[in-house]
Amino acid sequence: MFSALMLNAWGSASIVAIVAGVVGFFIVLRGSAFAAHALPNGAFAGAAGASLIGVDAIVGLAVFSVLGALTIAGLGRRARHDVATALVIVVMLGLGSLFLSMTTEYAPEIYSLLFGEVLGVSSSELVPIAVIGVVCIAAVFLVYRPLLFSSVMPEVAEARGVGRGRMEVVFLLVVALTTTMAVPVVGALLIFSLLISPAAAARSFTDRPFTAMGLSVVIALGTVWSAIALAYLSNLPIGFFVGSIGAGTYAVGRGWAGWRNRRSRPRMGATGRSPATAQSS
Amino acid sequence: MPGFLSPLIEPGFFSNLPVQTALVVGGVVAVVSGIVGTFTVMRGQSFAGHSLADIGTAGGSAAFVLGISPLFGFVAMNLMAAGVMEWIGIRRPRGRDLATGIVLGAALGLAALFLYLDTTASSTTGATVNVLFGSIFTLPASMVPFIAIFSVVAAAIVLVMYRPLVLTSISADLAIAQGIRVRLVGIGYLVALALAVSLSAVTIGAILSTALLIGPAATALRITNRTGRAAAIAAGIGVVATWLGVLLAYDSYYWFPNGGGWPVSFFVVTLIFLVYLLSQLRFRGRSAAQRRSTAAQAR
Repeated sequence: MFSALMLNAWGSASIVAIVAGVVGFFIVLRGSAFAAHALPNGAFAGAAGASLIGVDAIVGLAVFSVLGALTIAGLGRRARHDVATALVIVVMLGLGSLFLSMTTEYAPEIYSLLFGEVLGVSSSELVPIAVIGVVCIAAVFLVYRPLLFSSVMPEVAEARGVGRGRMEVVFLLVVALTTTMAVPVVGALLIFSLLISPAAAARSFTDRPFTAMGLSVVIALGTVWSAIALAYLSNLPIGFFVGSIGAGTYAVGRGWAGWRNRRSRPRMGATGRSPATAQSS
Repeated sequence: MPGFLSPLIEPGFFSNLPVQTALVVGGVVAVVSGIVGTFTVMRGQSFAGHSLADIGTAGGSAAFVLGISPLFGFVAMNLMAAGVMEWIGIRRPRGRDLATGIVLGAALGLAALFLYLDTTASSTTGATVNVLFGSIFTLPASMVPFIAIFSVVAAAIVLVMYRPLVLTSISADLAIAQGIRVRLVGIGYLVALALAVSLSAVTIGAILSTALLIGPAATALRITNRTGRAAAIAAGIGVVATWLGVLLAYDSYYWFPNGGGWPVSFFVVTLIFLVYLLSQLRFRGRSAAQRRSTAAQAR
């Protein structure tokens, strides 16, 4: 399991997990899970386009994820954010289906782009992954305070000169970079699980931002490591383990939070009157 | 067919059986997506609407393993997923995003497992692509009755609770004050959404499913503020885009690069996106205050 062949897998997956833990914390805080799903998924189309014109897949991923991020931020300024994201993802996937119809790629290769190929990462691929990973983390810490401020209290931050639109663009570009780095390793669909579940679980254990971010990195690392080990032992796809461990940790986090403030949380519920009264009025 | 149309419409378009099925099914799906999608956009649940298409993939690929029709896999999986989303807390605006994301992440893990089993069990490599992207042209005609039933049920749910649904979608507080059981309406709506998305994802693929659900409805809501009219316009835009897309895909058979034709989803998505951009330009002149209020609602 720890042979020379597997070292690249452990290394690249650990880098992805650390970046996903840090970036994921802000994704959960800002409620931008849809963008975190749309960018990797749409960037997949970029990889298909890159193979069509014969350039490296990572170039296609970078171009499509950055363009996608800018379009979401641009359209989102004048429409609902979720609508803008939905339109961007379908346009990118529509282009992807066009590219796929023109190539002669085998289905297993498409599968590996969607679900990752962590065991197939070569030493030469490790360098760009590490470099982009460092850039992502550096970018997050560079804008850490304004980003946190703008995520928690957008109106107040705006009044204090932290532009909401500008922060959104910066943040989506970080997500785009994360996508570029992570898709070749864990795949377009599973980077999403790694971005959301550990950070969401971490937030149910603590309210302090820095602690939550650290915890999120730890949970992401734990998820990836146990997923690789289980996949190695069972010969089942790694994505299955990432997905189910992610959901499991979130369930544990929710259970913990629920148990902790069972008494203080007010119950949500319906009022007693029937819908018929509303219809007649 | 009049002779002057022949440069636009390749010969044999209307007499081709897969094309006829595609036009009928695509039209039905577009109408249902337009009606249901209007509320999806109003309620800010585009993410859930899109996720259900991807989540259904897990059900669809499981159905492949079990050897049953993917439609039932999609429907069963999506109803379950909608239930879990509701339970985690899709009704609160802040938790909505996360509830959808967690369910999507878990379902994608399952999809990875089942698709892997598909590709190893049967050497037919098309399963992945087929489940993920669907194809309107390879639809068996025997599926049409099931599709019709599911679409009638989805549309009927929306129409039966039309008034409370409109009210809860505009303002939950107002609806509570009126004595509407907001949570019940929300659950009913999620069921309709799950049915509509399963239906469209299994017939025309996950991409088109989201495109038809969100694009026409978002455009229509730019044009009018009245819900009923918006739903009708959305259905109309969806049907026209789908039919034009099918026509263009049929015509593209001899385009570059030789053979095979371009995918329908590419054409339909492009048309829908262009119409949306046009509606943005047209209504750019609306007052800034109004725009700000829609932005505030979105949060």
